[in-house]
Amino acid sequence: MKLNFSIPTSFLFALALFVSSCQDTKKLPILGPREAVTVKNADGSMGVDTVYKTIPAFSFLNQDSVLINNDTFKDKIYIADFFFTSCTTICPTMHRNMKTIFEEYKENPEVMFLSHTIDFKYDKPSVLKKYAEKLGVDGPKWQFVYGSKDSIYKIAEKDYLVAVIEDSTNKDGYIHQGWLMLIDKNKRIRGAYDGTDDKQVAQLKKDVAILLAEDKK
Amino acid sequence: MRKLLISIPVLFTFIMMIYSCQSADQVTQDLYYVSGRDYYIKYCQNCHGAKGEGLGALAPPLTDTVFLKENRNKLACFIKNGMSEPITIHGKKYEEKMPDFQTLGNIDIAKIVVYITNSFGNKQGMYPLEQANEDLKKCK
Repeated sequence: MKLNFSIPTSFLFALALFVSSCQDTKKLPILGPREAVTVKNADGSMGVDTVYKTIPAFSFLNQDSVLINNDTFKDKIYIADFFFTSCTTICPTMHRNMKTIFEEYKENPEVMFLSHTIDFKYDKPSVLKKYAEKLGVDGPKWQFVYGSKDSIYKIAEKDYLVAVIEDSTNKDGYIHQGWLMLIDKNKRIRGAYDGTDDKQVAQLKKDVAILLAEDKK
Repeated sequence: MRKLLISIPVLFTFIMMIYSCQSADQVTQDLYYVSGRDYYIKYCQNCHGAKGEGLGALAPPLTDTVFLKENRNKLACFIKNGMSEPITIHGKKYEEKMPDFQTLGNIDIAKIVVYITNSFGNKQGMYPLEQANEDLKKCK
């Protein structure tokens, strides 16, 4: 009797688990610091809401010497990174990997790419233009931007949370991290991936799909 | 008959000797190749790619067997001192600067040359240290 009861029960339990796991759709975390603020609800009562880190307003010159800003990335998800054209270490690998994602989403207008140069001395827009052409990705989908040292270095460290340093003892003159940052349509950071690591780049590809699906609902 | 009986093992031994000599060379080449691959991954792969495919028009592929053969004696110099002259690979022009690798020893460069010229569809055999020493003396 005991056995007769337990088998259907456990089946039922397994089925319930199975169904609930199906409904549980994947969502990406929201990264960066956050704070709780008190807000006034619609009915006049007070409540608490979480304010997430977002990428603030910016404006930089792109490879066509056109001033671009946040509106360029309005209603887009984008992958941002920091590099410089004469970099011989990690940048070629990062951009080789980014290019595979670029090719995959070539036809999808919701996905964009944003590469900031940290070489404010040499990488003027004309240099970026040449670089983009030679990488084979020149076009509005992948923006290569130039800005003053202050503006680029500040947005890198304070907002995209990527470390960049000018270092005269280094052969290339700069040291920086090779993160590819995934930014959602609300300008929040949803993922950080080592652009030189094949496994993490593969994860980024999966996460781009998840993020796109998230916005569909 | 007795002569034949003796000459067969003697001949066999000779053949084996020659055969084993060749495989010792092969072993040396394999040693160069394997550690050349480690250096390649560390110093070359970020631009030239895991399959030697290059990167757009920024870095040329390493699959142009004819170029590698014709410039066999210059490859060590290219690695050591970098390149700033434009080159034509597979009929396509590449004009980006290649960085130098002054810190690499001659033996390391020889190993890299062995790896590159025996990978990516190339099969050009051994490039010994002595050859690298000689070629590196003639760098421009």
